[in-house]
Amino acid sequence: MLKFTSDHEWVLLDDDCATIGITEYAQEQLGDLVFVQLPKPGTSLEAGGVAAVVESVKAASEVYAPIDGEVIAANDDVSREPALINSDPMKKGWLFKLKISNRVQLDALMDEQAYKSMLQGSA
Amino acid sequence: MMNAPAMADLKATSLNRLHIELGASMAPFAGYQMPIRYPAGIIKEHLHVRKAAGLFDVSHMGQIEIRTRSRSELSAAEALESLVCADILSLANGRQRYALLLNDRGGIRDDLMIANLGSRHIIVANAACKIEDERYLRAALAPNCELQLLDDRALLALQGPLAESALAQLLPDVREMRFLDVWAGTLLGMDCVLSRSGYTGEDGFEISIPADGAESLARKLLQNPAVAMIGLGARDTLRLEAGLCLHGADIDATTTPVEADLQWSIQASRRHGGRRAGGFPGADVVLAQLINGTTRKRVGLRPQGRAPVRRGARLFAEPDSHSPIGIVTSGTFGPSVNIPIAMGYVTAQAAAAGVPVWAERPGEPVLATLAKPTAITPRYRR
Repeated sequence: MLKFTSDHEWVLLDDDCATIGITEYAQEQLGDLVFVQLPKPGTSLEAGGVAAVVESVKAASEVYAPIDGEVIAANDDVSREPALINSDPMKKGWLFKLKISNRVQLDALMDEQAYKSMLQGSA
Repeated sequence: MMNAPAMADLKATSLNRLHIELGASMAPFAGYQMPIRYPAGIIKEHLHVRKAAGLFDVSHMGQIEIRTRSRSELSAAEALESLVCADILSLANGRQRYALLLNDRGGIRDDLMIANLGSRHIIVANAACKIEDERYLRAALAPNCELQLLDDRALLALQGPLAESALAQLLPDVREMRFLDVWAGTLLGMDCVLSRSGYTGEDGFEISIPADGAESLARKLLQNPAVAMIGLGARDTLRLEAGLCLHGADIDATTTPVEADLQWSIQASRRHGGRRAGGFPGADVVLAQLINGTTRKRVGLRPQGRAPVRRGARLFAEPDSHSPIGIVTSGTFGPSVNIPIAMGYVTAQAAAAGVPVWAERPGEPVLATLAKPTAITPRYRR
């Protein structure tokens, strides 16, 4: 099940695992990414806390943890090649995976339809 | 986020329609709606300038024309010399020079390009400073000079190894020009001023033409497959790789030419022992600094690894230290050099020692070695 946040992150839910990345809109807004700082596996994150930093030539942007959870994986491919986030933000450009610890928080995430409406509203 | 003014309150340059047609991301810059990047993106745009030719709209910059008044005591060159620390009297007809406009403390009000066209001088000023520059220059030069803000003219920069061949298709004579030559004449039937200069570290030209002719010139140049429009985002990464200062970031009214390591722009004639030593605002401060040194110095920084260090990051001698020894004034990832690059100020002691410093980063600090601000080998056509 695919969900979204108002900070332009996507969250792919699979059992008790959530894979997180930034959306097509976010990568387009940020432009060419040149550096990514990912959380280390084993780190516990709280919803709303800074989980990662993605950096373009122009600026550094924080990526927030959409939900509470322990980091179970980080995508080394995007650390080596940040441009993967620009070319394939929803697949190869995933950032990190969390072990879901508080399922109630999932209700606060948007479905794709709601996210698209939000984008249209802000355009 | 900054409180950006609404696009409607911003001025548009004469190339606005072209920028939008080409899909530019527009953003406010110094009161203008300017293209930051095109669909290719900053990295591709940057690399294109280094290998082919890039066309920049820099019409937001100030163009100011200065002429000597009849029966005035001083010539325009003499009058200008009373305001800048560069030698303007020796600037030959048809040549251009970098000049710093100083305040009474030796601080840099603006950095200018001044061209001598014989009967007139033309100044190119920074966009964010141009209104204040005009007011200041008009008052200071009033007894001797007539001054006109050329706000009916556009300014385009054509930069890169193929800039000469692209412009020569329209005007073969440009092949004869050398770095910092200027030429006034007719281009596509329009009154034009060309200089062989730029802000990218590449060979190239800046082209001043009437605003209403800028779009046709740009479209003509873009017909050449070597030429692509380049936004202000890549202009910033290009100038940073070339080690060139951005006024308002790396230099400003609180930094002096000596602190900024721009003493090369003070010719011998304006220094102690020179024929016209001093005689510019802040000369006492600046000339003393040339002899005694300064307490801080602008340096280039090369952060280790791949993480960029950004403007405002403080610099420390030790990773766990709490007393900064400097600050980053510009920083990015250099697309051509493929490493993070930055510049900033450190204490003169740290600059002289040349040992690596620790720069603030989200998370943990990163070690950065001191280096020349110039990260590439400039390819000016001297």
